[in-house]
Amino acid sequence: MAHDTATHDSSSAKKRIWSVFIILSILTIIEVIFGYIRPTFFVETTFVSMSILNWLFIILTIVKAYYIVWAFMHMEHETKGLRRVVVWTAVFLICYLIAILLIEGGYIEDVYIGGHMTWDF
Amino acid sequence: MDTTAVAKTGTEGKLWGGGNQPLKASYGKLMMWFFILSDALTFSGFLAAYGFSRFKFSTEWPIADEVFNHFPFLHGVDAPMFYVALMTFILIFSSVTMVLAVDAGHHMNKKKVTLYMALTILGGAIFLGSQAWEWSNFIKGEYGAVETRSGKILQFVDADGKRVALENVAMGEQESLRQQHTESEGLWYMDEKALPDFTLEQIKTGFAAKEDLKIRTMKLDENGEKTILDRETSLDYLNNRGIGIIQGANLTKNEYGAPLFADFFFFITGFHGFHVFSGVVILVIIFFNVLLGTYEKRGSYEMVEKVGLYWHFVDLVWVFVFTFFYLV
Repeated sequence: MAHDTATHDSSSAKKRIWSVFIILSILTIIEVIFGYIRPTFFVETTFVSMSILNWLFIILTIVKAYYIVWAFMHMEHETKGLRRVVVWTAVFLICYLIAILLIEGGYIEDVYIGGHMTWDF
Repeated sequence: MDTTAVAKTGTEGKLWGGGNQPLKASYGKLMMWFFILSDALTFSGFLAAYGFSRFKFSTEWPIADEVFNHFPFLHGVDAPMFYVALMTFILIFSSVTMVLAVDAGHHMNKKKVTLYMALTILGGAIFLGSQAWEWSNFIKGEYGAVETRSGKILQFVDADGKRVALENVAMGEQESLRQQHTESEGLWYMDEKALPDFTLEQIKTGFAAKEDLKIRTMKLDENGEKTILDRETSLDYLNNRGIGIIQGANLTKNEYGAPLFADFFFFITGFHGFHVFSGVVILVIIFFNVLLGTYEKRGSYEMVEKVGLYWHFVDLVWVFVFTFFYLV
């Protein structure tokens, strides 16, 4: 099939695999270092009600996800149609789910904290 | 029968005009993608539910760095996250060997497919073992805590703010008449969970006697650290709110803080671990098929590619679990 990696010569496919492995390793190491040190600047600076440290973690995770799906799962060799069917469905539904649940969770916390009843006794 | 003849649509030859295969993927691979997509949404549901509960209790959620700080052979050393990071590497590396096996399959190289699949299975097995170790540490617990009437957790710290284990707080003899209830003791075949090593009385006596001890609550202060009460309030909290001892974690109670934390930990990492396990089983089956030459005869190693998709997906999920459970 046209989209098989077999059409590439074998050394370039292998090179791609190893370079993606190195990228994934470096990103993970960065995450661990930041998670261990937790630099105060990153913890204290917030952007859209979340510390930029957490933004960093989430963005790096999405980058890692991109590399796994595109390189390891060969999404980059699939047709445009298949790519969109899989990726768009997931992205839209997950965004919706997260928005609904996190907003609701925050609201319930406000009720717990602002209510006329203590939950700590 | 002219009337039933299908009229020309004028879209012949176009990608979505019908009569061709627009996605250019085999049935099996397409179905694997559909399965992966639905499974991805299941995991998203779990992780979003975790986020929901965490937002609900965002001022008292346990700090992951304090909960997962063990490393094999480094007993008592505070090594936050290093072990999970290692697990992540093991899984990523098994993904690499998997994709190398797929690549070797494209070249019909049976020997290399065998080797790389064996390495992948090994990586999966090591990961599963690591997760079991992680679970056992989590269930056993480290310091222990006192539960309050409202289901909150009180932990003990010394003058420097370092955690103190229950065994270093407790004093005096265990005077309770309470016995472990077993199936053989009672009127009916019922038993109970293991009793804690200490009674609340021992903890209260010890805490009153050791004057540098203080209590740490679940509440997070503005720096994201747990609040430490002064000595007087500590005594008040322990004597008037404490109702029992908690050591380790299960589905209803845990010494780290909000019980929901343990529930989600068991559920999400458990469900992921189950995926890894079934992945290993499928890999083993296909590994033997490779050895038997099934795919050699079939002329295509697409089956290796399909299990590869599943395996990478398991790795993908772990990347997210790692971030949301251990980092954020």
